[in-house]
Amino acid sequence: MKSGSNLEKVLAAGHFSVTAECGPPRGADPEIVRKKAAFVRGHVDACNVTDNQTAMVRMSSLAGCMLIKEQGIEPLIQMVVRDRNRIALQSDLLGASALGVRNLLCLSGDHQKFGDDPQAKNVFDIDSMQLIHLVRTMRDEGVFPSGDKLEGAPQFFIGCAVNPFADPFEIRVPRLKLKIDAGADFVQTQCIYNMDKFKKYMEDARKEGLHEKVKILAGVTPLKSAGMAKFMRRMVAGMDIPEAVIERIAAEPKDKQAAKGIEMCIEQIEELKEVEGVAGVHVMAIEWEEKLEEIIGGAGLLPRPVLV
Amino acid sequence: MLPCTGRIDEALLLAAFENGADGVMVIGCLEGDCHYISGNIRARARVERVYKILEQIKIGPDRIRMYNLSAGEGERFASYANAFVDQVRNLGPSPINLVRSTNAQSAVQTAVQGEAT
Amino acid sequence: MITGTPKPIEEVLEMLEPYDNIIVAGCHGCVTVCRVGGEKEVQVLASTIRLAREAAGNKINIKEVSLERQCDPEYVESMRPYVGDYQAVLSIACGAGIQFLAEKFTTTPLLPGINTGFLGVTERQGEWAERCQGCGDCVLHLTGGICPVTRCAKSLFHGPCGGSVRGICEVDKEIKCGWQLIIDRLKALGQMENYGKLKPYKGWSSARDGGPRRIIREDMIS
Repeated sequence: MKSGSNLEKVLAAGHFSVTAECGPPRGADPEIVRKKAAFVRGHVDACNVTDNQTAMVRMSSLAGCMLIKEQGIEPLIQMVVRDRNRIALQSDLLGASALGVRNLLCLSGDHQKFGDDPQAKNVFDIDSMQLIHLVRTMRDEGVFPSGDKLEGAPQFFIGCAVNPFADPFEIRVPRLKLKIDAGADFVQTQCIYNMDKFKKYMEDARKEGLHEKVKILAGVTPLKSAGMAKFMRRMVAGMDIPEAVIERIAAEPKDKQAAKGIEMCIEQIEELKEVEGVAGVHVMAIEWEEKLEEIIGGAGLLPRPVLV
Repeated sequence: MLPCTGRIDEALLLAAFENGADGVMVIGCLEGDCHYISGNIRARARVERVYKILEQIKIGPDRIRMYNLSAGEGERFASYANAFVDQVRNLGPSPINLVRSTNAQSAVQTAVQGEAT
Repeated sequence: MITGTPKPIEEVLEMLEPYDNIIVAGCHGCVTVCRVGGEKEVQVLASTIRLAREAAGNKINIKEVSLERQCDPEYVESMRPYVGDYQAVLSIACGAGIQFLAEKFTTTPLLPGINTGFLGVTERQGEWAERCQGCGDCVLHLTGGICPVTRCAKSLFHGPCGGSVRGICEVDKEIKCGWQLIIDRLKALGQMENYGKLKPYKGWSSARDGGPRRIIREDMIS
């Protein structure tokens, strides 16, 4: 075991794993996190806590992690390199590990232009690839990148994100390989709607044997409505939602679209379970955490395994 | 002597206003008919830039305008000139000239007062 | 070249409010080429200021000068005999030139007439684009001659990020994805093996992050 995290254990034991995500509130109210946590508890192996996603200022990921941990959920801290230089990143990694956070997702972070403070100075001292490498160095070699010995190495199950749909498609697999070389233990993908393209991606990854080197959790997001699907397709860079998916949900009357979205998400998870090399799902029910039990249970993934 | 409106630059147009012009008319050859290929097109871009400057500093952009004419269009030249003169008359003296004439008047008054005492 | 854009005339006029006898100083270097601070721009700006000030009933006297370069001491010195006769200098050279005048003429206020932009190229007449951030540690040989620090909005060393769509950066539809450009070029050069290598953390100490920089070429110091 590299980190001893529950997620690592579940994956190592060969279970099809489930993660979800919680966006911390835009404020200091801890109750909002606790309420979301109540919907997540017992349904996942670990829960991501986002780090100022879309560059909108939110409660810190570490604080969110601690709040859900108190509620009995294993936290997965997301860390972006947009806002912190390597000094702050190392420091926060040590702090998160000390507080018992064992899962980490290394990200670039959305450009600040999309958020509250488009005039902010960005950092990007190291990139997400190098953050993976930095954490692995600290964890496995017990040293800072400077070479100085750590007084206690941080223990993390190291994750990275991939977008199988971003351009250029032909470097998507080489880029995953790079992340594995850098030290990634697991991968969470961008939300998948184009299953054909994702299957092609997995086929390419399998040719390189990458599915054996890294645990791949396929990202899904239930659609609440045809409108949401169209909005995401238009507004979110790299979001590939095929026309057939939109047509299927749009064919329902408005009040039944949400139910249809959940049904489609469950179907999709069932399909993903059958794809060789997919080790689990990452369910991003954006501001819809109350539906997690229905989705995950509906896909036959409850109860979650309890490992010691 | 200017061989072509293409030889006019922004500084020259602004200098005309500094020298007391209430309006400046730039007349170039018909577009597509420039002896130097694109002199009149360049002139138009420069006139437009000066137009913007005059607007920004509140001298009034309508005090400058470019026209295109061929050498054989005497009548049209006359009607353009009359129209532009009317336009500038309506605008009145440029703010520069207003300030100058006020200053000149007060200078005369001061001089007269000086003589009286 | 170093590029720039003129400051709005309102801002310039506000800066000049306390003065009625100034120098407008241009530069024959980069700012002439990108048409923001050369001899011609000095004439136009000086004339504009005079007109605006006189119309406001507050005349200003302006000496117009253009130095060969405002970033070289010998040309800057040419202003010394008369600079003291004026209350301020409005420079339309780049930030380096303006500061060089300021440090040479310590008792004269120096005012910026342009906003200095970036190290860039003329893509076509009237359009300039950034190419270099002067980070002090060039990697262009590894990236197909396209700079990841400058051309990627996040300065990623292992791009592109998820925001690259059909060669366009998520930040602005007018920005090409730097990493798409790098990859296209590496492919064309048959150098894709460069893509698959993990690059060391960039040392930013040779960039601005190490403090104001200085280059000393011992062989050239006489």
